[in-house]
Amino acid sequence: MSAPAIDPVRTTAPKPATRRSGKARRTTPARFDTALGWNDRPGAAWALRLLLCAIALAVFAAPFLAILSGAFTRNASGSSLSFLPHDSTLLNFSVAGERGIWDYFSNSLVIAGGGLLLQLVVCTLAAYALARHRFRGQAFVLTLFMLTMMLPEEVIAIPLSLVLGDVPVVHLDLKGTVWGVILPLGAWGFSVMMLTEFMKDIPDEIEEAARLDGVGELRMLWQIVLPLCKPALGVAGVLGFIMIWDQYLLPLIAAKDPTDYTVTVALSVLRTDPEVGSGVVLAGAVIALLPSLIVYLLLQRSLVTGIAAGATKG
Amino acid sequence: MTATVTTPAARGGRRLTKKSVVPWLFLAPGLLLALVFKFWPMAKGVWLSFFDVRPFLGDQWIGLDNYTRVLTDHRFQEAIGHTLVLGIGQSLGAILLGFVLALLLEGQARSLKFVRTAVFLPAVTATAVVGELWRLMYYPTSDGLINSGLNLFGLGPVQFLDNPDLALWSTMAMGIWIWAPYNMVIIMAGLAGVDRSLYEAAAMDGVSLRQRLRYVTLPAIRPALSIVLTLAAIRGLRVFTEVYVLTGGGPAGSTEVWMTRAYTLGFTRNDIGGASAASVVLLCVTLLLTVTVNNFRKRGDVR
Repeated sequence: MSAPAIDPVRTTAPKPATRRSGKARRTTPARFDTALGWNDRPGAAWALRLLLCAIALAVFAAPFLAILSGAFTRNASGSSLSFLPHDSTLLNFSVAGERGIWDYFSNSLVIAGGGLLLQLVVCTLAAYALARHRFRGQAFVLTLFMLTMMLPEEVIAIPLSLVLGDVPVVHLDLKGTVWGVILPLGAWGFSVMMLTEFMKDIPDEIEEAARLDGVGELRMLWQIVLPLCKPALGVAGVLGFIMIWDQYLLPLIAAKDPTDYTVTVALSVLRTDPEVGSGVVLAGAVIALLPSLIVYLLLQRSLVTGIAAGATKG
Repeated sequence: MTATVTTPAARGGRRLTKKSVVPWLFLAPGLLLALVFKFWPMAKGVWLSFFDVRPFLGDQWIGLDNYTRVLTDHRFQEAIGHTLVLGIGQSLGAILLGFVLALLLEGQARSLKFVRTAVFLPAVTATAVVGELWRLMYYPTSDGLINSGLNLFGLGPVQFLDNPDLALWSTMAMGIWIWAPYNMVIIMAGLAGVDRSLYEAAAMDGVSLRQRLRYVTLPAIRPALSIVLTLAAIRGLRVFTEVYVLTGGGPAGSTEVWMTRAYTLGFTRNDIGGASAASVVLLCVTLLLTVTVNNFRKRGDVR
């Protein structure tokens, strides 16, 4: 089993320089490792745990098998959803293709790629200023970024859709363009906060030494600070991707007509199309699922670290 | 690149020195985007909530009329109830189940890591995908996925989403399914921080498992739990996508929550003023809740 896996020991906030002193020595027997005192030896408790794990897998993971099998089943309907494909076929995907699923998918990829790039750049720049400089109004700026976390798309959806149709001062109409989705995702309070916390922990001596060598601000960020922030950047990247891929309301209000939809929004278009069955919807679901699945399986450690860190930092 | 030697004492006073401008250059893109796409819409929303918004005719100041209209509208009043039931039920259910999952799956074994990876899948899947999946699992005939399972126990096909008495609970079940694995990760991070020697000491004192959980584990993960609770409460109030994808507020408005109602008002019925007022109310409640919970947390931390 080579799948990367959630490791509860590593789920503390990433910190540079301050490594845990040495490797934690095992001084206690295994039954003191967990809150419930699970035992490794086969027995009644062990069997119970096995059973509960099987139930957990059935409840939380098996539905994904149902998506997969349904997507590859000919004439799948909601009523014949099962865990194993029967009469397997790629027909559903080609029908979904005819309905433009790949166009939606490429919309999604452009938005996820562009949005993530913008988000990382913007948040890194802001975090660098907040963490490595002292200036008037610092606390105020920090509060502003914290407030952006209080203003999710849902709450400002109605006025935001008006703003997207007519951006103040420049009077641009962003609706129907990918920019309408990408730009509002740029300043993400969570990334700014997390990167700021991380950059603050970089020792001042490193920065001072670099300044004595005549390193300017941009090079300082690019060559000194960023390489030390790789773990935090990884976390910001994974969480940012998952967050952008999960967007629903924003692509919905930023679209001018259904061809502008992202793949996640387009699923409901497929569903309400009377000519296609659930198999095609499931094929679309598989396509919409794959990117986040790949990112999750490859970068799981960063993701889990980030969720735990976001939790401990508030 | 020129050298900028930092001398801590050298402050530029009120003059614009290079040193005082630099941080603002770095902050500019973020502040600009936040201003245009977060704060300006918020201000505009507050502004519009006092107007009768009429495209092409010009907006008309109507004071608090939008607010009274929204707050006295019986569909909004029902939506408040649904939002609270859904938010509270979903949050508590997800925390409880997340806690159970964390206790069950805590450990270093390879197989446990695999199970954790699989169980966490719902949390990384886009909400819209989850919604479509659950629509199919809730299929109302007896050979639908969940119904065929119920069939094994001799239970008849249940109209999960078409029965107005049941649809809200079906939505809640999906919400719990999405958020329990997420909470599991946070709680597990808390569990990892429990001092192992405490468990050993508890065992030597002959403490029962229940007491061990109550007096050793729970106090240690209390911070993690309070964070999970805060996040869940705020999320619960502004729930939109789950409901919109799964039921669209139906049947017969039985799952209509605050945000789906505001969305319908704003985008389907083009009542921008009323929808803005509804959003402002939600925003105020969210901010109030956040501040209150944060205060409680700070007080709790001081001890």
